[in-house]
Amino acid sequence: MKDFEYCAPKTLREAVALKAEKGEAARVLAGGTDLIVQLRGKRFAPDRVIDIKNIADVNELSYSPRKGLIIGAGVPCWRVYNDAEIAELYPGLIDSAAIIGGIQIQGRATFGGNLCNSSPSADTIPSLMTHSAVCNLIGPNGKRKVPVVDFCTGPGRNVLEPGEILVSLQIPGIKKNTGAHYQRFIPRNEMDIAVVGVSSQVVLANRGKEFKEARIALAAVGPTPIFAAAAGEALAGQAVSDEAIAAAAAAAQSLATPISDMRGPAEFRTHLVGVLVKRTLEGAIARARGKFVANAVQEAAG
Amino acid sequence: MSAGNGYKVIGTRPVRHDGVDKVTGRAVYGGDTRLSGLLYGQVLRSPHAHARIKSIDISKAQALPGVKAVLTGADLPKTGDTIVDLGEGPARLKYMSDNVLATDKTLYSGHPVAAVCASNVHIAEEALDLIEVEYEVLEAVLNLREAMKEGAPQLHPDMTTQEFGEDTGRTSNLATHFQHKLGDPDTAFASADVVIEREFNTATVHQGYIEPHNATAMWNADGQITIWTSTQGSFAARAQTGAVLDIPVSKIKVVPQEIGGGFGGKIPIYLEPIAAMLSKASGQPVKLIMTRPAVFESTGPTPGSHIKIKMGANKDGKIVAAEAYIAFESGAYPGGLVGAAAMCVFSCYDIANGLIDCYDVVLNKPRSFAYRAPGSTQACFATEHVVELLAAELGIDPLEFRLKNSATTGTRRIDGVVYPKMGCKEVLEAIRDSEHYKSAAPSGPNQGRGISLGYWFNVGLQSACTASVNNDGTVSLSEGSTDIGGSRTSIAMQFAETLSLDVDDVRAQVVDTDSIGHTDVTGGSRVTYATGWAAYKSALDVQAQMCERAAQLWEVEVDQVAFEEGVFSSGDKSYTFKELSGHLDETGGPVIGRATVNPDSGVGGSFAANIADVEVDPDTGKVQVLRFTVIQDAGKAIHPSYVEGQMQGGSAQGIGWALNEEYYYNKDGQLDNSSYLDYRIPTSLDLPMIETIIVEVPNPGHPFGVRGVGEANIAPPPAAMAGAIADAIGVRLQELPMKPSNVLAATQASEGQAALAAGG
Repeated sequence: MKDFEYCAPKTLREAVALKAEKGEAARVLAGGTDLIVQLRGKRFAPDRVIDIKNIADVNELSYSPRKGLIIGAGVPCWRVYNDAEIAELYPGLIDSAAIIGGIQIQGRATFGGNLCNSSPSADTIPSLMTHSAVCNLIGPNGKRKVPVVDFCTGPGRNVLEPGEILVSLQIPGIKKNTGAHYQRFIPRNEMDIAVVGVSSQVVLANRGKEFKEARIALAAVGPTPIFAAAAGEALAGQAVSDEAIAAAAAAAQSLATPISDMRGPAEFRTHLVGVLVKRTLEGAIARARGKFVANAVQEAAG
Repeated sequence: MSAGNGYKVIGTRPVRHDGVDKVTGRAVYGGDTRLSGLLYGQVLRSPHAHARIKSIDISKAQALPGVKAVLTGADLPKTGDTIVDLGEGPARLKYMSDNVLATDKTLYSGHPVAAVCASNVHIAEEALDLIEVEYEVLEAVLNLREAMKEGAPQLHPDMTTQEFGEDTGRTSNLATHFQHKLGDPDTAFASADVVIEREFNTATVHQGYIEPHNATAMWNADGQITIWTSTQGSFAARAQTGAVLDIPVSKIKVVPQEIGGGFGGKIPIYLEPIAAMLSKASGQPVKLIMTRPAVFESTGPTPGSHIKIKMGANKDGKIVAAEAYIAFESGAYPGGLVGAAAMCVFSCYDIANGLIDCYDVVLNKPRSFAYRAPGSTQACFATEHVVELLAAELGIDPLEFRLKNSATTGTRRIDGVVYPKMGCKEVLEAIRDSEHYKSAAPSGPNQGRGISLGYWFNVGLQSACTASVNNDGTVSLSEGSTDIGGSRTSIAMQFAETLSLDVDDVRAQVVDTDSIGHTDVTGGSRVTYATGWAAYKSALDVQAQMCERAAQLWEVEVDQVAFEEGVFSSGDKSYTFKELSGHLDETGGPVIGRATVNPDSGVGGSFAANIADVEVDPDTGKVQVLRFTVIQDAGKAIHPSYVEGQMQGGSAQGIGWALNEEYYYNKDGQLDNSSYLDYRIPTSLDLPMIETIIVEVPNPGHPFGVRGVGEANIAPPPAAMAGAIADAIGVRLQELPMKPSNVLAATQASEGQAALAAGG
């Protein structure tokens, strides 16, 4: 690993200045669970690493019905899933947070870091997409907001400008009769990267018998996580039925553009998109109807 | 604790002697080696699967401040055409040397081409980037069947095929072709009522030890070299390093450190000569620890295979003929493991007529090495598949079919070996009598059960042991078998049993190559058997000497001294072992017992079997293990907990091999899954508690009846898993790993065929 300068600014302003000064040669450190591995693997050789964890703004974790959920870019997964109110309101986000690495990783890894790392297989990004999350960014030219669905531009690439930093993720309050569910397929039962990940969110109407809205997002089947807008939109107004779910699964499959690699062949991944869209829609529907649906960790614990 | 069978120590479960150090983190592994003035080394590896090295420019690396020495293959002694046998069969020394540091060509991605040492590991790493290697990239071949074809890229232009013991003079990637034949297979097949033939492919897999390879060396000014390393054989490491460096073994002392797993993969050397040469060049001790990607890219692995099995049986359920075609990857250099596969492929059955046709093939992957019962797992997967099909075709229960054909005392294997007393039938009967087998098979949708039977022949080889009696009646036992599976304790137990001592009064330690007689590698499930035998013999030597001391004290003839149950006596005089130990100083000084063994006959092979219950997710092809039992013949279990641990460990590795493990190369011949993230060994969440049943059919060739138990247990799991999957979803896979995408594809193909058949 090449020597680098380590900075731990206390304000966003300082952080932006430090990052802007070095441009591409600066990397932001939140939990470090991706960055440190990448430095050791020589994927990046930055001159400067900027640790943002001493900045108050990025450590915010709050919920109010009006402002919704705010997850600071430095907030580790465990804080999110250990918050009883958040866990109750956003089980679809917890599905993702609870399966990133093991306990030790979850003690450090952040939603913000997972998003900025912009891996196509990121477990939180599909869930952030279906939950209509918006990124609060700050840079040399001030603040701006970017929806998560528009954030990633390629493997490891995103819309962040040189000097720009993710401050927090803002997720709207949960509407009535809403349910969300994320599942990934992995060959083992833990400690794997998604071969395919799917998040589905539904809002039901007519006493839970009809889709009012639906959002579906996919991981690991394209150069970025994919917001499968058309697959979700087609469900709006339809009765909840196996046929409607199957049609949404097929629509999502048509939006997937997977590659073959060591995690699975392309045709297998496309097949899994269909399986997981169906399973996550069913999970989301059950949650929207007030039923308990276990996440992967709860399931493993029996 | 009582052991039964008249034993006091053997069969009990004392706390392992190395346990406290290991659970408190005090045990010193190779990577923990610390010396004053220590430098840190790193190895530059080829990114190309097959390339000619045109030039290497090390000048920039040498100029980097903090760099102390830079090494390339040109710095190693020229080896000529010497043939050496250093524990793994005869090999060309040039191949061994070139695998340590390439000279003319790189033959796999990850092949070492240069090494540096520096005052810290980061500088060493930076220096690697400054070494300029000019390659001429050559076409590579990474597929076994492609490598065997005429016109395939040639790895060794001067390597000629050895066929049936003769040099054919033909150059190709086929290193060796040989056969075993018994009886008249053609006639027997013609007479068989049922003949079934199937074809199989298995992926290249890694041994999967957690501790990476490491070596620390100090080349002293007087020419003496000390090497601290995690190895399965300190004497093998000494011999191989001496051969590569062209220096006598007497100049090298190997100090074996604690070892974090080997499974066969830490028999060959990789870093030892590099550390020594860097130390020579720098004048300081040098330590190297491999990165995880380097471990995957350049060590191990165990071979991928292409196997065809044909078996014929009569209506009454007797197997009359068997034929195997076995092609194994040898990796970049010849001398692979197909010979061992041939010894295991039909080893569970009594078959009068057979042919085993074997091919050892080089291709652009790292040199293959042993992995726990090397070759047996691939062979067992193939044979057991056909055995199950034969039983089904004949309408005989598969367990009954195996019992009917079970190998037994006097069975002549197709490769010629005649079995002494063996536990094959007893292991099968233990399946039949087990609670697991008698319980209802899982009957949910997509659930199923499979059974399988596997074998490993075990080896003997040389061991040495010395026992120093302390004046308090305790014994310090020195031996040379590096301890991978708790063998220090099981060897101490055999010593303690012989002299009726308390096991905690016998402290066994693994010592360096200057401090004990030659001891062969910890491999072939030989340590508890052979080094245990040396311990037994050294205890008898102590007993004889102690009797002499007692005779001296009591002024009687030595034959008038009896030793029984730990007590020396003559007439009305008696001393316990401890009491007599207090009188050694007055009877001539310390007592040291010693013994060496090299048992070439009497090695008892071990059979192992599995019962596996699984559930398959029909939508994703993912297999969940619901229940898993391993049954194995231990001859006599010295420490039953260690025996169970070996059985569970082999099962876990076998299940990983069955379900997910494989080397995944990209189109450029680079390994894409060189991490434990993407090279998927099972985690604790992927396995149920593995149930164990120890069968004890004593080995007549060992004083306590021991059969090595380290290996046979990895042979049957993939076959049992394949059987269980077949029972669950009706498709019997012919390829390893049975990863989700393969299971799903096989299911879809089978449904497609069924639909076609139904549709007409």
